[in-house]
Amino acid sequence: MVKYFSCAGFLKSSWDQVFLAFWQRYPNPYSNHVLTEDIIFREVTPDNCLISRRLLTKTSRAPRWAEKFLPAHMARKAYIIEDSVVDPRGRTMTTLTWNISHARVMSIEERCVYRVNPDNNSWTEIKREAWISSKLYGLSRAIQEFGLARFKSSVTKTMKGFEYVLAKMQGEMPTRTLAETATVKARETALAAKEKAKDLASQAQKKQYV
Amino acid sequence: MNSVGEGCTELKREYDQCFNRWFAEKFLKGDRSADPCSELFLKYHTCVQKAIKEKDIPIEGVEFMGPNREKADS
Repeated sequence: MVKYFSCAGFLKSSWDQVFLAFWQRYPNPYSNHVLTEDIIFREVTPDNCLISRRLLTKTSRAPRWAEKFLPAHMARKAYIIEDSVVDPRGRTMTTLTWNISHARVMSIEERCVYRVNPDNNSWTEIKREAWISSKLYGLSRAIQEFGLARFKSSVTKTMKGFEYVLAKMQGEMPTRTLAETATVKARETALAAKEKAKDLASQAQKKQYV
Repeated sequence: MNSVGEGCTELKREYDQCFNRWFAEKFLKGDRSADPCSELFLKYHTCVQKAIKEKDIPIEGVEFMGPNREKADS
């Protein structure tokens, strides 16, 4: 069973600025959970696309209610891989990001497609999809709800981080944007889902003692 | 931003600077002239691969855009 999520957003910067900012995203004020970043593979293909693989380590934060179900010495650092293809002629970029550690507990795959915004060609559209699943017996639904809630709030952070870096690149002072209003909504959605996840988890725990 | 290999961060910085310049000024503009950063990348890459082995990071055997393929079956 897999939870699917998709959303679309945009950045008010041109595609080439966004693609350049993509490589300069870290660090930013919204990325304190990202510990390291490394390009571990890169190549220009015969049709002049740039393919890259980036390895990230991020802090791995489990919620309190989940801690008693997880292995006692589970690593506090998660490893994530991000593969990307940049097509400068088509002005698109596709990325695929997934965790290579903790995968049994929770696996998140995210696919993004960046392209010129069809309504305003000085902006860039980002279509985002995610697949969230867990193989942990009895808890998978709770973990998936938690994973989805956290993913949604991290999308907000990602967009804010991008806007911050773009504003810096363009020599402006980063300002509040529409993303800030989206944050409130995302936070509310995340809270609701977190509560749901807690309920599912305590139901699962009750079942164990029956 | 730090590298996963503590001693590789400086090499990473030098490579990143070279790459960002080439990416913005050549690659995005369709200029197909060779990437001038390959030597810097090699030094940086060697350092990182060592750190990855030491820390036992499970990057082996994953095809490029690998998981995308699996999704088609599920």
